Amino acid sequence: MTDTTFATPDRAAPAGTERRAGRDLLRRSRCKPAEILFWLAAAASFFLLPDRHLLLSEIAILGLFALSLDLIIGYAGVVSLGHGAFFGLGAYVAGLTSIHLTAEPLTGLALAALAAGLLGLLTGPLLLLRASDLTRLMVTLGVAMLLLEAANRAAWLTGGADGLQGVMIDPLLGRFEFDLFGRTAYGYCLVVTFALFLIARRVVTSPYGLSLRAIRDNALRARSMGIPVGPRLLAIYAFSALIAGIAGALLTQTTMFVSLDVLAFHRSADVLLVLVLGGVGYLYGGLIGAIAFKLLQDWFSALTPQYWMFWMGLVLLVIVLVGRDRIDALPRAILHRFRREGRA
Amino acid sequence: MTTILIDGIAYGMLLFVMASGLAVTLGLMNFVNLAHGAFAMIGGYVTALAMNRLGMPFLLTLPLAFLVPALIGAVAERMLYARLYRRSHLDQVLFSIALVFMAMTAADWLLGSSQMLVTLPGWLQGRFEIAGIGIGRYRAFLIVLCAVLVVALQLVLARTRFGARLRAAVDDQRAARGLGIDVGGIFAATFAMGSGLAGLSGALGIELMGLDPTFPLKIMVYVLIVVTIGGTASLTGPFLAALIIGTADVAGKYYIPELGAFLIYLLMIVLLILRPQGLIAPAR
Amino acid sequence: MSAALQTIALEKRFGGLTATDKVSLTLRHGARHALIGPNGAGKTTFVNLLTGVLPANGGQILLDGQDVTRKGQIQRARLGMGRTFQINQLFGAMTPVESIGLAVSERMGGGADFWRRVGTRSDILNEIAELVERFRLTEVMDHPTRLLPYGKQRLLEIALALAANPRVLLLDEPAAGVPEAERAELLETLAQLPRDVSILLIEHDMDLVFAFADRITVLVNGGLFAEGSVAEIMADRRVQDVYLGSEDHG
Repeated sequence: MTDTTFATPDRAAPAGTERRAGRDLLRRSRCKPAEILFWLAAAASFFLLPDRHLLLSEIAILGLFALSLDLIIGYAGVVSLGHGAFFGLGAYVAGLTSIHLTAEPLTGLALAALAAGLLGLLTGPLLLLRASDLTRLMVTLGVAMLLLEAANRAAWLTGGADGLQGVMIDPLLGRFEFDLFGRTAYGYCLVVTFALFLIARRVVTSPYGLSLRAIRDNALRARSMGIPVGPRLLAIYAFSALIAGIAGALLTQTTMFVSLDVLAFHRSADVLLVLVLGGVGYLYGGLIGAIAFKLLQDWFSALTPQYWMFWMGLVLLVIVLVGRDRIDALPRAILHRFRREGRA
Repeated sequence: MTTILIDGIAYGMLLFVMASGLAVTLGLMNFVNLAHGAFAMIGGYVTALAMNRLGMPFLLTLPLAFLVPALIGAVAERMLYARLYRRSHLDQVLFSIALVFMAMTAADWLLGSSQMLVTLPGWLQGRFEIAGIGIGRYRAFLIVLCAVLVVALQLVLARTRFGARLRAAVDDQRAARGLGIDVGGIFAATFAMGSGLAGLSGALGIELMGLDPTFPLKIMVYVLIVVTIGGTASLTGPFLAALIIGTADVAGKYYIPELGAFLIYLLMIVLLILRPQGLIAPAR
Repeated sequence: MSAALQTIALEKRFGGLTATDKVSLTLRHGARHALIGPNGAGKTTFVNLLTGVLPANGGQILLDGQDVTRKGQIQRARLGMGRTFQINQLFGAMTPVESIGLAVSERMGGGADFWRRVGTRSDILNEIAELVERFRLTEVMDHPTRLLPYGKQRLLEIALALAANPRVLLLDEPAAGVPEAERAELLETLAQLPRDVSILLIEHDMDLVFAFADRITVLVNGGLFAEGSVAEIMADRRVQDVYLGSEDHG
């Protein structure tokens, strides 16, 4: 079998067709102006909003966490109710590393990534047992709850309900001290998030990423084409877990504290909400959703301090009832209208 | 030992009644409803408020604990749920999580975050002995009541015209409509029944699980575990699963308290590995 | 020389019902072989057994002489078993170029490459262009698949199977549901499929069978009923009674 069975001279395709095919395939990986604008704005926020660095760090971490969830929901079609497990594990590993091993932040980050990725690799096969959404929900939730219980019981290691005390982080790269105002913290979170975003973007626009989209679209056909569905899903699950672990580690390193709360159910539910706010399946959804979530949270908390979750639930309810695809299409529709009116 | 077994069975039966509505909506309508526990909470609060504020006797509040959530369920089904039957599971999960959060905050806001306490009537307190085995009166009451409910539920689904229509509507909606069956009405009635049963079991469960605004979340985990490992091909699967989970949870808390909630999650994952198609696999 | 595909006493039971009853069938290299039979004859079950969607209860399946009876769907596909589906199984959100590109890169073993950007390998692009032209998809190559006219979707269905460079191709009612206006295009394309691919056509439409196939197998009640050249089957009284006759009624 050669790879050029069809490339017989008399059937050679016109170069035009090939060029058009190439354009279509490169469409997704091409960098759009809006993307450059987005990251420029992110960089500008570092210089222009110095008194908001703490909040901005939180947003970057939440955004990275939601981005990791987008990889499995938006690209692999696996709904998870327990993504907080990886976030929490990453947070604890980073904290424990700083206490028992080294206070150097990048080592903690790497170990957290490794641990979370490994947990993803180990628990991922459970998701493939029965490809029903309910089973996947419950397995992910179950793993997260087991981890929460474990952290709660192993108080000698994790501090239990009191949280992990005594986390100290050395200056970043030996030069940038983590300050009270979160300047270093935000710079650190922003750079890490940006780097991981670039990697994730590269992955989803690769042939592997294309195969994930195909599996999500029609697993039956993907199988009949010889695509090994299980291993492909497992790989993205582990990769997503790894990124979630890094997000957790960032939280530990920038707040110098870990509480059981990192593993609580609401983490997993919140991040789902964040992703849905921003839109599923285009990587920016998590980041944009994190900004929207934090702004809404601020606003609702100002309205009714204790009951902001009610309003958040209402927003989510409306989004689902109106239809996510319709809301996702809204900016484009507005733009379209704008252009038409401009022409008229 | 036997006492613990009986406690576990009582707890398991209660879990089954709680989960049965979810098993039906999931199995028949393929709807992932994480907000099922919210209806259980409503039932619980109806009983607690009727007893504590209106001074109604426990038994008399139980029909109310069924009816109020059933009514709310019927309205919610027609106005909200029915729009989402054809949507993706992700949408259904998001929608029902939103409902859970709203229900929890609303309960907190209206009734406060503290535990609701109820005092059972004297004849349900304490224990009696049969052949030297101590049995809690309330546990015995639960077993009998839930057994009646289970049998009634099975009969309704298997023997009545309603059950037949429901199965027809699920098998082939279009054909059922062609036969003049009001599919929307059937689904609403089914949903209402499931919500009512959840509410009733919520009221019955105050004594065992307590009642506060986090109730929906706590219940959600238990009923979802029951349905996941039981499968939705029949009600027998969830019934067995509920008994296993109920007994394991009670026994675990008694014998190996260090394990805590560990046990049921572990059990769920192990059972899923052993029987990925559910305890009772669907016939192929 | 071994056959491209061979089944030996292949059997499938669902409970008490025998869906495939000891079917032995040989598909020669480069064959244009049609499998026909009335509704419920077990044609789809047979395809599902061949491709590994369903496990067989008994018998053997040989792909180019290699026993694949116990192999899974994915492995069989990798060994050269291609198929199309009776009901389109396409990637609705992807364009024909993306779908075909996926099939080609998977075949070349580059499907797990997570670092290369899609669309940067000229050998793959060349082959995509080739297939797009061959299957008359040039006009719509960069449109979302779910928006294509049905006839074009049907063509893409076959293009995806062929992109995997199969040795054996199972076409499950390729013309089903295609409107009259788009039919000629489809039939022409079918006629021009590469000769070195051995094809088993599962079909209901007798015009298509007679135009396409050189050999016909008739399946009735899950069992082999008759086999022969087109002329032999057309002349066979029993086949006319059982199958061609029933066509008029149903």
